[in-house]
Amino acid sequence: MVTLSINNQKVVVPEDTTVLEAARQINVNIPTLCHLEGLENYGSCRICVVEIEGEPRLSPSCMRTVSEGMEISTNSKRVLKARRMIIQLLLANHAENCPTCERSQNCELQQLAFELGVRENHFVNMVNKVPLDMSGPAIIRDPNKCISCGRCIRMCHQIQSVGAIDFMNHGTDIMVTTALNKGLGNVECINCGQCIHVCPVGAITEKPHVDAVWAAIQDNTKHVVVQAAPSIRAALGEELGLAPGTLVTGKMYAALRRLGFDAVLDTNFAADLTIMEEASELVQRIKNGGILPQLTSCCPGWIKFAEHFYPDLLPNISSCKSPQQMFGSLVKTYYAQQKKVEPAAIISVSVMPCTAKKFEAQRPEMNASGFRDVDYVLTTRELTRMIKESGLDFAGLPDEQADRLMSRYTGAATIFGTTGGVMEAALRTVYKLITDTELSHLEVQPVRGLEGIKEAKVNINGMTVKIAVAHGMANARILLEQIRSGVSPYHFIEIMACPGGCVGGGGQPIGYDMVLRSTRGKVLYSEDTKLPLRRSHDNTEIKEVYKNFLGEPLSHKSHELLHTTYINRRNKK
Amino acid sequence: MEELLLKNIRKTNYQNISVYVADGGYQALKKSLFMKPEDILNEVKKSCLTGRSAAFPVATKWSLTRQNSARPKYIVCNADEGEPGCFKDRLLLSRDPHRLLEAMIITGYTVGSQQGYIYIRGEYTNESQIVENAISQAEENGYLGENILGSGFSFHIRVYQGAGSYVAGEETALLRSMAGFRPSPGIRPPYPVKYGYLGKPTVVNNVETLVNIPTIVLNGGDWFSEIGNPDYPGTKLFCLSGNVNRPGVYELPFGVTLGELINEYGYGVRGELKAILPGGVASGLVTDLNIKMDYKSLAKVNSLLGPGVVIVMNKDVDIIAISIHTLEFFARESCGKCSVCREGIRAGLTIMNRFARNEAELGDIELLKTLRRLMYDTANCVLGQAALNATVSAIRLFRNEFESRVRNQSVW
Ligand code: SF4
Ligand code: SF4
Ligand code: SF4
Ligand code: SF4
Ligand code: FES
Repeated sequence: MVTLSINNQKVVVPEDTTVLEAARQINVNIPTLCHLEGLENYGSCRICVVEIEGEPRLSPSCMRTVSEGMEISTNSKRVLKARRMIIQLLLANHAENCPTCERSQNCELQQLAFELGVRENHFVNMVNKVPLDMSGPAIIRDPNKCISCGRCIRMCHQIQSVGAIDFMNHGTDIMVTTALNKGLGNVECINCGQCIHVCPVGAITEKPHVDAVWAAIQDNTKHVVVQAAPSIRAALGEELGLAPGTLVTGKMYAALRRLGFDAVLDTNFAADLTIMEEASELVQRIKNGGILPQLTSCCPGWIKFAEHFYPDLLPNISSCKSPQQMFGSLVKTYYAQQKKVEPAAIISVSVMPCTAKKFEAQRPEMNASGFRDVDYVLTTRELTRMIKESGLDFAGLPDEQADRLMSRYTGAATIFGTTGGVMEAALRTVYKLITDTELSHLEVQPVRGLEGIKEAKVNINGMTVKIAVAHGMANARILLEQIRSGVSPYHFIEIMACPGGCVGGGGQPIGYDMVLRSTRGKVLYSEDTKLPLRRSHDNTEIKEVYKNFLGEPLSHKSHELLHTTYINRRNKK
Repeated sequence: MEELLLKNIRKTNYQNISVYVADGGYQALKKSLFMKPEDILNEVKKSCLTGRSAAFPVATKWSLTRQNSARPKYIVCNADEGEPGCFKDRLLLSRDPHRLLEAMIITGYTVGSQQGYIYIRGEYTNESQIVENAISQAEENGYLGENILGSGFSFHIRVYQGAGSYVAGEETALLRSMAGFRPSPGIRPPYPVKYGYLGKPTVVNNVETLVNIPTIVLNGGDWFSEIGNPDYPGTKLFCLSGNVNRPGVYELPFGVTLGELINEYGYGVRGELKAILPGGVASGLVTDLNIKMDYKSLAKVNSLLGPGVVIVMNKDVDIIAISIHTLEFFARESCGKCSVCREGIRAGLTIMNRFARNEAELGDIELLKTLRRLMYDTANCVLGQAALNATVSAIRLFRNEFESRVRNQSVW
């Protein structure tokens, strides 16, 4: 243990503690920008500097480890002056437009400028405007706002093991970009949007579909159908005046209806459908000696990752479309038939926690019905903005129901939104398919929680089914390497690109806060326990759609509408 | 005085190992291999040899690495001579390459390392070729490689060529560059002696420092410690350039005055003296010819000795242009990581360009000084800490030239 003093207050901490951590232990707050809990330290912004007695220069507290007898001041005149000036310098090379910025009021630079008392800037604006990177289907990068903190890079490399972006050039020309400045749309970026969550400023945003959706809603010739993904209901309230951890299913339906959508439906219905197809596929693979382990396919970030880095494992991936796309292709066929609407007149909108879903929706093959499965994808954040823009008092809205047809769901569907949920939901139905009896104990605790890789063994009729769950692509890579080298013991693996699963998706309210993500997950687990039906195969609307339209799981029609194929993207975009 | 460093550079064909050996080359290595490593270390300690860039005692660096129990250990020779006006290492590399190899092998033997690297600046393609050839010759003749001269000790040397970045000359940046990363200076501590190349204990010394080693081994530490300035024994290479009549590399003791160097060796200033950058672009300008060229004396006048790069300027030189020139250099060569370095240089340049256009405000002078203070206080490495030194020293010495460029004060 090491004893030191911070602002004349004594503190005792273990040896390798940083000065920043030591200060936080005694509730002394030191501002940070490039440092972020969960990412490696980098030490570039220098905003966290403190004064250490006897040293000629200030020292960055996030990088500095404590030593015995240190006397530290975190708020001396010299320190405060330095911090203000650093903010001024950053702002001088920042395309500042706070009132019209995506991240206004949710921006660490703006907040620090305010809190540190920066009320003027001695330095004139020095921004040398460069074009935005609009090449990707889901993510926009604005280099003019980037403060080169490197958080996005560490996210993309360390947590996601993608490495789509890095620093290029040096000196005053340094910039964050893709290989050879090709643009996010032309490299291995998987569109997960995790970089958005860690960016302290408005330099990375989703490609917005808000205006297109408003236009569709206002067009009377269009029938605009909206679906909302499982994890939206666990997070939408956060920026609309409700406490984190509030389940807002009913208010979400009410808000969507008031925004003017013609039909308010639910992706959860399609999640149940996905389970029917995917569980049947797994049972078929197990029975017929097919390729195992089967890998889940509901996360389009993970799918693109596989297409780039593990094309050899594409046969392992379930051929099921994601719930979003299954829903989309049924909307333009089954729903159109039942409701007697021209499929051409239908605009299919989804609300997703995810930026990669924007990419998935525009994949060329996602049009089995002859129309685009999904026309526009809104993130949770975009929906939040639309609600605010329309002046709805979200917290005061009544709880409403979704419209009928393609909206009823079971507990199995709702837990899709969190890491481990797809696995748990699938097991409930796999058990039924193999044994023709119901699984009595529905919760599979070992696959719950925030551990990067989780595994369990489930006994089904004397057969031990081995399963594993990974979230965050660096974790998934470990399981994928096992498969590649032929030592994977598993039958079924669930992979979600975002840490925490969809509750932490790239379109959710901003922040890389794993505790908050797990709170959202718990909201879904608790909704599961409160629902009357908790197994996908018990969903009455699912039974109807098979009876009236699809036939049975893995039928010809299912294959045509609900299943898909993948592309080897090695060395391609 | 007798040359220790440059003594071989005028000899012909000295890159050829047989010429080098015939002239007594590799004798120090032979002697070393019969000595105990701690005895060599002791001689180096007695010599009081300090690193020729930051004046850190060589023996301390070596013994810290030697004591470290982690394996393997590395010897890295910093030959990334990127400082503008610096051209001394290339002389040694191209004219006396075997002495450097000999020094590195002895260093390896002393600290318990079997692998050395020479990090040569990217632009030095010829020099690098000469060193590569010397390595092959040394290997063929049993001075380098497995079981050197039958002693049982093995040592290998490889050349690593940089990609032309100035900041890679900073030792932690250099080690990162070797490992395949961007050359960004790391945070110290930990120092390379503990956590160096690939995270292993590493001795990093530059060419000029290492080349002294064979001489010390042959003549003894005591002998070396008597040479030159008692505070900093041995000799120093000074690269003299700019407005002088005879620019070049001069080997002199520490503590020689600027006046002696410029007038006796450089045959005087071309034109009338205005200012001198005594330690390269990162040092502060000086005007006093009585200043002694050693670490302490230069620190006293807010300047640096740096690598021994002396650039002389006459009265035709525009001090504003000089300041802009140094800032443009740093704008290009900073690694760009620290906010204060990157944006501070950009801001400094923006302000100086206002002076150049006669559009500066009076407050700009104070702003530059505050900015330098901030950068010194908060930048991670010396580059950022010193980037505004030339500019602020110019303000101190030639304030009127700055004031005369201030925009006419408007009357309200
Ligand atoms: S990124 Fe932050 S500081 Fe910059 S314009 Fe947006 S809100 Fe303002
Ligand atoms: S979206 Fe994901 S893969 Fe793409 S740059 Fe951001 S973190 Fe990397
Ligand atoms: S884009 Fe954002 S997270 Fe990435 S370096 Fe720039 S400011 Fe930091
Ligand atoms: S001070 Fe400048 S050169 Fe040094 S680490 Fe920081 S940005 Fe890089
Ligand atoms: S938070 Fe410590 S240097 Fe950026």
